[in-house]
Amino acid sequence: MTQETAHPFMKYLRQAMMPHIWCPGCGNGIVLNCFVHALDELHKDLDKLAVVSGIGCIGRAAGYLNADSFHTTHGRAVAFATGVKLANPELDVVIISGDGDLFAIGGNHFIHAARRNIGIKVICVNNFNYGMTGGQQGPTTPLEAFTTTTPYGNIEPPFNLVHLAAASGATYVARWTTLHVRKLTQSFKRMLQKEGFCFVEVVSPCPEIFGRRNKLRTGLEMMDLFKRASVIENFSDPSKAVISAEKIVVGEFVNIEKISYERMLHEKISHINEKRMDW
Amino acid sequence: MTGKRALLTGVHFMNGDIACAEGAIAAGCRFFAGYPITPATEIAEYLSERMPEFGGIYIQMEDEIASIAAVIGASYAGLKAMTATSGPGFSLMQENIGLAVMTETPCVIVDIMRGGPSTGQPTLPGQQDVMQAKWGSHGDYGIIALSPSSVQEMFDLTVEAFNLSEIYRLPVLLMGDEIVGHMWEKVVIPPASKFKIVSRKRPHVTPDKYAPFMPGDDLVPPMACFGEGYHFHATGLTHDEHGYPKTQSSEVQTRLVRRLCEKVSKNADKIVRVEEVMLDDADVVVVAYGIVARSALSAVRKAREAGIKAGLLRLITLWPFPEEHVAKAAEKAEKIVVPEMNCGQITREVERVAKTTPVAFLSKLGEEPHTPMEILELIRRNA
Repeated sequence: MTQETAHPFMKYLRQAMMPHIWCPGCGNGIVLNCFVHALDELHKDLDKLAVVSGIGCIGRAAGYLNADSFHTTHGRAVAFATGVKLANPELDVVIISGDGDLFAIGGNHFIHAARRNIGIKVICVNNFNYGMTGGQQGPTTPLEAFTTTTPYGNIEPPFNLVHLAAASGATYVARWTTLHVRKLTQSFKRMLQKEGFCFVEVVSPCPEIFGRRNKLRTGLEMMDLFKRASVIENFSDPSKAVISAEKIVVGEFVNIEKISYERMLHEKISHINEKRMDW
Repeated sequence: MTGKRALLTGVHFMNGDIACAEGAIAAGCRFFAGYPITPATEIAEYLSERMPEFGGIYIQMEDEIASIAAVIGASYAGLKAMTATSGPGFSLMQENIGLAVMTETPCVIVDIMRGGPSTGQPTLPGQQDVMQAKWGSHGDYGIIALSPSSVQEMFDLTVEAFNLSEIYRLPVLLMGDEIVGHMWEKVVIPPASKFKIVSRKRPHVTPDKYAPFMPGDDLVPPMACFGEGYHFHATGLTHDEHGYPKTQSSEVQTRLVRRLCEKVSKNADKIVRVEEVMLDDADVVVVAYGIVARSALSAVRKAREAGIKAGLLRLITLWPFPEEHVAKAAEKAEKIVVPEMNCGQITREVERVAKTTPVAFLSKLGEEPHTPMEILELIRRNA
């Protein structure tokens, strides 16, 4: 007798897009899994979910989710999502993209969306390099790390993404690794319930492209590093939230209440029109 | 309706940028994202006041790349959306104009042209972006670009740009210039009931049957919007009719790119608009567009007074190029003359289509457009 063996979360995925393109040992699947868990636990209406991504390995995640989804040009996911959220504030607009997409080519859009406090939720999968193009140095590559474009070791200091997000005005900021699946899912749930601009960084293994040049040849070795080095320091100063081979500071750093841009805008529009009606 | 929220109608004295902004509102535009730039800034300033009166969204983005990206997002969320810029911003927008083409996004991009390249001449008119309008983004695609030559047309063609973008699901470019943008003229706005306002074709199937890029006979796919339960995917990658990436298939790439070109080229007879003045017996035909066409009209009249059989073919649509109209004029004419505020961009298209009829070109850069006397002299030399 055959049994139905469909995964209970298959309804969240576009089966026509499978198999996915990700390498063995990649953390992207874990991030997607945690995100889908968060949707499920919150009983989110998929009809009101729009997932946006830029270019890169994790950029394909938008297409794998069974919701309205858009795969933008490189770096422009935040700007595109701004248009979606303002045009239809009822939508949950979630960006799932990578460190290079969001913080190198798309860095300007990120800081301005955070400054405005637009109610979009940004998940950054940080794998320390440009995976899809074969492993070049990026804005989060650690000092002295080897990539295909830093054969003598990286001399550019990396961005501290949680510090950048907090300083730019985000209402919710957290960082976890793909080892912290429950905490990560919890953060996704918090983010999806909050008003305003929210940011979750996920430190994620890239053994095939990044790890093998940096003595972390397998997914297991990278996860082992995350286990050894991670220290949970909730609501500590994000400027001190280091990522190094010795210490990876994870946790929630910001969780504040602040009126979102879209609510302010729509309240302003109502106010203007009420005033005009009085004339 | 109380207050100022009624659509503007009647006779008004306004500048071209404001006429464009009012045209957008009349066409149903309810989302504007832009970045300040001379000589297009007045469009943004005016819409920042006017848009909220209609419950619409105005946002100043961090740059022009963000502006066009937000416009594409707003269009996918169901609003008619526009941005406005000038040369430097138009250059920044090119990659995402390609994204709008590839994802078949209805939207309008206004380029109030100034002198270039680079920062060039911010306060002076130019027509140097017209080839960029056609070829600016990488890859092959069809595009629609319109050329207003009066403040009235800044209004009328903005409305038309929205209608065309909704009918054909593509970005439509309104290629104004500093003079039509800043000049003040009389504009007549008919009541809303007299407008033809078109909205995108909607799907008539259940979400499970919806293929977001399955075209109809007109080569245009019906468009669902985010939040309506269709759960569809759109991507800048080469994709099949379901919107799924198929980056290794020459068949899918060929089918998609051909259609993106042909939905414009095969509908060209429905899209293209020109104005023909005294062409029937013309020996010398002036082909002109935008503000230069105003001088050209005056020159043609003066030439007729002087006994020269001159005529004017004014291109209202620049892209798709009005090939049939130019070819027809070329067949009858002895000579074609093209005055342009660039180094000869549309001239090359005219030469391509005119075949054996000689084409003379008069360039003008860096100041006011050609005077009627300069164009008259050009006609005389070629009569």
